[in-house]
Amino acid sequence: MNVPVVQPWVVLSFCSAIFFIGLAGVLIRRNILIIIMCIELMLNAVNLTLVTYSEMLNDLNGEMAVFFVIVVAAVESAIGLSLVIAVFRTLRTVDTDSIQSLRG
Amino acid sequence: MLSLIVLLPLLGFLANGFWYMSQLKKEHKAQASHVGALGTAAIGGSFLVGLICFFRLLAMEPEHRVLEQTLFSWIFIEGLHLDFAFRLDALNSLFVLVITGVGTLIHIYSIGYMSHDASPGKFFAYLNLFCACMLVLVLGASLPVLFLGWEGVGLCSYLLISFWYTDDEKASAGKKAFIVNRVGDFGFLLGMFLIFTTFGTIDFANLKMVVAGGGVTPEKLAAVTSICLLLFVGCMGKSAQIPLYVWLPDAMAGPTPVSALIHAATMVTSGIYLVSRLNFLYTLSPDAMLFVAMIGGLTALFAASIAIAQNDIKKVLAYSTVSQLGYMFLACGVGAYVSGVFHVITHAFFKALLFLGAGSVIHGMHEEQDIQKMGGLRSKMPRTFLVFGAGWLAICGIPPFSGFFSKDEILWQAFSSSRSELWLWLLGVVTALMTAFYMSRLFILTFLGEGRWKSHGHAKHDKHDHGPHDHGHAPKDAHAHHGGGEPHESPWIMVGPLVALAILSLVGGFIGIPHMSWLEHWLEPIIPGFAPIKDGVHHETEWVLMGFSVLIALIGMGGAFFVYGSRARTEKLQNSLAGFLKTLENKWYVDEIYDAVIVRPLRVVSMFLWKKIDVSIIDRTVLGVGSVSEMSGGVLRETQTGSTQIYVVTFAIGLLVIVGYALYGLV
Repeated sequence: MNVPVVQPWVVLSFCSAIFFIGLAGVLIRRNILIIIMCIELMLNAVNLTLVTYSEMLNDLNGEMAVFFVIVVAAVESAIGLSLVIAVFRTLRTVDTDSIQSLRG
Repeated sequence: MLSLIVLLPLLGFLANGFWYMSQLKKEHKAQASHVGALGTAAIGGSFLVGLICFFRLLAMEPEHRVLEQTLFSWIFIEGLHLDFAFRLDALNSLFVLVITGVGTLIHIYSIGYMSHDASPGKFFAYLNLFCACMLVLVLGASLPVLFLGWEGVGLCSYLLISFWYTDDEKASAGKKAFIVNRVGDFGFLLGMFLIFTTFGTIDFANLKMVVAGGGVTPEKLAAVTSICLLLFVGCMGKSAQIPLYVWLPDAMAGPTPVSALIHAATMVTSGIYLVSRLNFLYTLSPDAMLFVAMIGGLTALFAASIAIAQNDIKKVLAYSTVSQLGYMFLACGVGAYVSGVFHVITHAFFKALLFLGAGSVIHGMHEEQDIQKMGGLRSKMPRTFLVFGAGWLAICGIPPFSGFFSKDEILWQAFSSSRSELWLWLLGVVTALMTAFYMSRLFILTFLGEGRWKSHGHAKHDKHDHGPHDHGHAPKDAHAHHGGGEPHESPWIMVGPLVALAILSLVGGFIGIPHMSWLEHWLEPIIPGFAPIKDGVHHETEWVLMGFSVLIALIGMGGAFFVYGSRARTEKLQNSLAGFLKTLENKWYVDEIYDAVIVRPLRVVSMFLWKKIDVSIIDRTVLGVGSVSEMSGGVLRETQTGSTQIYVVTFAIGLLVIVGYALYGLV
């Protein structure tokens, strides 16, 4: 049975594309919720990269790191979302342009 | 026992002080009679304890007449172990009795004098504090303890001179007293340090032992002269001698009882106390003694000359005090410490009497202090007239009043002592003549003749025409209830102490009758007699001189009666001597000279240091450093936009740079 093999460079290119899309989202978008989603996107792009390299290098350490990242990401989004809710309650907005009270 | 003498006035101070502070916000303050009774009880108790101690001394053997009490170990370091100790002996027991005795009388008097004041509680608290400090000064067994009291009385003097501190003139008189005294205290401190480095001890008894035991080698003799001179600089300040006497006349801005207690009877005599306490050191240095005698004699003459032309009743007495203090130093300088101490005691009696009498006159004249506007008070204030007359005769030196004995002894010593010079005696004689003259002038203008207050004073006595003579008056509402304007006799609570002081002025001299002087005998363990008399001076001369000094006093008094007895003659003489009298009235322009020579250059230098050095250089440097950080901060704050995404961009760029560097190095 000849299973078509996806070449690693395809996957890696895909990953970096997703990563930079996420980065661009973080930098450009003004809605905090979107920004958090974009961060999530970046994290998962990295996860995918780790898995790919793990497969390529025949090393399970990479896959192990992925689980850690997933856990951390889950925690991060829990905290991030609760912060967003707190900010929204006080400021009635989630637009980063209006949240600049730490201006020097 | 000894500490009780100091402790009682201190407790009185604390009690009155806290009482006063607890009433600060209340409308009705405690009455003068209540706080005054408290203060008087404190100092009166101290007097009783002092008396008991004195009698205990009397019962002892003359050589062992010492009571000592160590309170605690004060300074305990390598090479110096100093106890906070009091020591009572023949010399300072007299001072203790004078301070507490005269102090008690003045406290009683103050109850009447301050009865209309707004804050008598504060007054009596300060007065008690002063007494406590003065007692520490005389009881201290070592120089540092003495110095503690020395500074304490300076502080109280300042507080009491500027007691009515809302008046700018009075406040600055207090400052002047304090600052001039600092100059003297500096000399005192240096002298104390020099004693310690030379002899290794600053306890009086130990010091005396070291000196008596041959501790003064010829090499140390130079140091002794410096010590004596430096300590005398301290005495110049405290006891108002040339050139540091200028504060004392201004100090008359304080309430009159303060002038009597601090600036006549007690504090200003502490210089004489110090010199006679250290007589064993001064005796070693003929140069220092001659200097002391010279300053004393010159001060006596100089101050007496100023007193002749003063018109403020308290100013006359102030210069008279300076002059009498000069007498005391003249006595010390010619080796007659006993006579100096004797004159301290008699002077305390009659000068306190004169000041309090003047206070009574001022009180009765509704705060008038200009003697040109008095006169004829004999009939209006008969009791004050009588007691003031006693003080007047005493200071002029008419026997048997106390001043005669002490002043005559000083003159005799200045004439006969082998340490004296003829011109010192002449200074003393001329001063005696002038003293009799200006005191008689004061007496005549105040009490005798026609009352000039009818024409001058009270018709327009509305507090506006006082001008520079408006010293030391009680608060403005003091006499609202008197209505009229006739001079009136003071109440008995003021006259009573005057009578007591008048009696003391009359009999006080009997402790020092020549050739059977109880005082000389009493002080013998501390002050070993007089200096030997000069060759060629016979003892019979003493009787001749005694008659001579009475004659001098009578001439001075007669001269004053001649000049001031008739108004026409007074005016004629005043016109012919107008220029000279003006110089005297302006105190030889000493204040102006000091202002030009010391105060103004100091101000110019200070202004230069302030405007040029401080503001232009130091401030600019410091502010420059500040503005650099302010500017850099202003630039850097622009980066803190508060916008999260700009931070992220910066972060991303930085990350890229680092990654690029890691991959490719510095291209």
